[in-house]
Amino acid sequence: MQDYQSQKPIVLDILDSHQVMPGNLLPILHGIQDTLGYIPPSAIEDIAKALYLSKAEVHGVISFYHYFRTTPPGKHTIRICRAESCQAMNGKALENHAKKTLGIDFHETTPDEQFSLEAVYCLGNCACSPSITVDDEVYGRVTPEKFDQLIAACKGTK
Amino acid sequence: MARLFISRDSTALSLGADNVANAIKQQADSKGLNVEIVRNGSRGLFWLEPLVEVETAQGRVAYGPVQVEDIASLLDGGLLDGTQHPLCLGNIEEHPFFKNQHRLTFARVGLTDPVNIEDYIAHDGYQGLKNALNLQPADIVKHVTDSGLRGRGGAAFPTGIKWNTVLNAPADQKYIVCNADEGDSGTFSDRMIMEGDPFVLIEGMTIAGLAVGATQGYIYLRIEYPHAKIALNQAIESAYQQGYLGDNIQGSGKTFHLEVRSGAGAYVCGEETSLLESLEGKRGLVRFKPPLPAIVGLFGKPTIVNNVISLASVPIIMDKGGDYYRDYGMGRSRGTLPLQIAGNIKYPGLFEVAFGMTLREILYDYCGGSASGRPIRAVQVGGPLGAYMPESQFDTPLDYEAFAAIGAVLGHGGMVVHDDTTNLADMARYAMEFCVEESCGKCTPCRIGSVRGVEVIDRIIDNVDKTKNTELLRDLCDTMLCGSLCAMGGMTPYPVLSALNHFPEDFGIETSKA
Ligand SMILES: Cc1cc2nc3c(=O)[nH]c(=O)nc-3n(C[C@H](O)[C@H](O)[C@H](O)COP(=O)(O)O)c2cc1C
Ligand code: SF4
Ligand code: FES
Repeated sequence: MQDYQSQKPIVLDILDSHQVMPGNLLPILHGIQDTLGYIPPSAIEDIAKALYLSKAEVHGVISFYHYFRTTPPGKHTIRICRAESCQAMNGKALENHAKKTLGIDFHETTPDEQFSLEAVYCLGNCACSPSITVDDEVYGRVTPEKFDQLIAACKGTK
Repeated sequence: MARLFISRDSTALSLGADNVANAIKQQADSKGLNVEIVRNGSRGLFWLEPLVEVETAQGRVAYGPVQVEDIASLLDGGLLDGTQHPLCLGNIEEHPFFKNQHRLTFARVGLTDPVNIEDYIAHDGYQGLKNALNLQPADIVKHVTDSGLRGRGGAAFPTGIKWNTVLNAPADQKYIVCNADEGDSGTFSDRMIMEGDPFVLIEGMTIAGLAVGATQGYIYLRIEYPHAKIALNQAIESAYQQGYLGDNIQGSGKTFHLEVRSGAGAYVCGEETSLLESLEGKRGLVRFKPPLPAIVGLFGKPTIVNNVISLASVPIIMDKGGDYYRDYGMGRSRGTLPLQIAGNIKYPGLFEVAFGMTLREILYDYCGGSASGRPIRAVQVGGPLGAYMPESQFDTPLDYEAFAAIGAVLGHGGMVVHDDTTNLADMARYAMEFCVEESCGKCTPCRIGSVRGVEVIDRIIDNVDKTKNTELLRDLCDTMLCGSLCAMGGMTPYPVLSALNHFPEDFGIETSKA
């Protein structure tokens, strides 16, 4: 894990640029996660101080939302849709295949830090279920074979 | 120069639309052919995406689904002149799936360049705002009330009544909040509007601001929609540049500002008060009502919270009049509903139609039955909190009251189709599991009830004290229905009980009719 001292200036910068925004906590957390990939637990104190909140309040918000994470993600994040439309199109088999291929469960990262696996509930791509995202890209009608190709393509860009 | 249209809609992208666009550009360039590629919204015929349309003297000609491998033969065969090819579909607006729709809210989606404000205006955009700028706030509200528009986010509450409450709430500051959380599985109409015609939402929100005296709007957008965020921000920027947002809208002296805020993957934040908490930077705990958000909403101020489709339907109402919109539909369900048909279905897509069509017509006449070719066993309408409807209910007309009368929900108009390989006891279990996952935790029937629900369903499936546990499950559903603070806990029993009632055999329960 990276040392917080090197991340702190980035966090303070983000806090600074959101000073006058009403309801700024979520935008701040997004800003930090977009830049650093996660919200370093040590950042919570700085956020709390800047927003006149308790650390518990900030922590409570981070843990309420599925999207925020406090550990570094793998190089690539794969999100698999678990919701009904994707289930109706063999999403469960795809989920099992993904877990087996990557050797990890949801909310885990492979030991080589290449892949993190997350569950999502609908990507709005239900017309072409089952759906997954690889980083920012969404893919539809994903078969186990297509999944393997996408993983191979990620490995190709090491 | 040939003008081509290839969609930037996420579902088209998920099938490779970007690769197709890039390859066409490259191959055309290398042949010395001059092409301009417009990245439009999707026409909503998703089995035909990536769809390529070319502008010809006789109108647009469509080809699809186009893969990168097809491009060489398409270009050689005269794609750019709209000539015949095995993938040629002719004018997509003449396709039976498209032709039989009533495209009011979606009039421009797929037709125009979504982020080009001139194109928007050239296709009747901002006509509604122009009319609204000449009206008193109460008259704008009256048009919306007259249209019969009811909230498309799920609860179907009359939009005009909500607006009137905010109009009459005195305050120094009011807000317009667009609920773009679209958490329901099987739904994507909000996304298609935001990606395919973001200006119509911006215009609708601006009119809402004029109607109630609100000068600030927020679009609360789910994080799962990155492409919608890009399109919205591009459109907002250009609306500011052209004086359609800001401090002096079209020289009227009226102010409206608009900003997109991202959610963070919590289904419950689609519930309006949870959404407001989230916008304020807090955990998305559902608030007690009353007070209504219309009186005490965002930052304690009177606030309109409306779904994307509700707001995006306002411009056409203000352009053509409340009567025009109200003349579509049946009973108390006026206007159109953009249906989203997904799951195990041959021709999935977006189908905007006046209320009144039956489920059976949609599923079989337009969507071709299941994708697998097996019999359709159940359709879940209205998202994860909607009931599973068996074949015997397929003749129900799409109408809020007709659905409610049989314990079903039309909601946001999503339908997820399951064939006969789906086990409905598994789906009931999943519904409870989803509630465990997404409960905000504020009230006990939902927080604890859902955990118990999973356990009880497991016992029924495992054949442990089946009769006793089935009774227990019904009891538990009753408690959740009556005792939950919001529809998360309050409606999770819909999918569960409908599965149990219509498909008892999946729970291993003998049916008396057998
Ligand atoms: C758990 C839960 C989730 C909801 N999710 C959404 C949603 O994603 N989008 C939406 O527009 N409404 C959603 N709603 C309904 C909203 O609470 C509210 O009724 C709606 O935003 C009002 O707008 P409308 O009148 O235009 O439909 C949800 C409600 C509940 C209880
Ligand atoms: S029903 Fe569930 S989601 Fe709604 S307020 Fe209660 S605990 Fe929260
Ligand atoms: S249910 Fe999987 S994308 Fe919507």
